[in-house]
Amino acid sequence: MYLGKVIGRVVCSVKNDVLEAQKLLLVRRLPNGPAVVALDAVGAGAGETVYVCRGREAAFAFKPDEVPTEATIVAIVDEVQRILP
Amino acid sequence: MIIARVVGNVIATQKQAAHEGKKILLLQPLDLSDQPAGDVIVALDAVDAGVGDRVLAVQEGFSAMTSVGHIESPIDAAVIGVIDEVAIA
Repeated sequence: MYLGKVIGRVVCSVKNDVLEAQKLLLVRRLPNGPAVVALDAVGAGAGETVYVCRGREAAFAFKPDEVPTEATIVAIVDEVQRILP
Repeated sequence: MIIARVVGNVIATQKQAAHEGKKILLLQPLDLSDQPAGDVIVALDAVDAGVGDRVLAVQEGFSAMTSVGHIESPIDAAVIGVIDEVAIA
C-alpha cells in the first residue's frame, strides 16, 4: 500500500456496470508521486490523506462483488507518525 | 520481497475491516548499503516489528494476506520478518 492525498474526483457516465455505484477519486501518491485514479471503499473525500491498496487485492475491498479495480482507497489516515528520516 | 526500515506508524480510524487490529507501518525501502531507495510504503505488521527495525516485507497480495491471516482482503503489503543480519558474499 502507499500513502496518498485525495486531490479530486473522476466522473464517467459511461462505465462498466459493476462500477455504477462506485466513487472514482484522484489520488496523488505522497510525497511526490504521480496522480492515479482509485476506487473509494471507505468514504474518503478531497484533501484527505489515505492509503491505497493496489493490484488484484484492490478488488477484495468490495467482496462479494467482483469490481474491476487495480487501486482502492482502503483507509483514511488520521495521522502519520514518521519517527525516522 | 524487499529489505526496508520501519520509519513510522500510520494511524487510521476509518479503514477496511481486514485492517482492524493490525499495526500499520510506514516502511522506507533500503538498498544493499542500507540507504533509502524509493518512496515509503505502507504495510501491515505480521511479526510485531517496530520503528527502527530492519525488516523483510512482501509487496504482493497472497503472501501479504496469508501472513496477516486474512485471505481475500485488500492487503498488498506486509512485514513478515525482522532482519538480524544480511550477509553479502
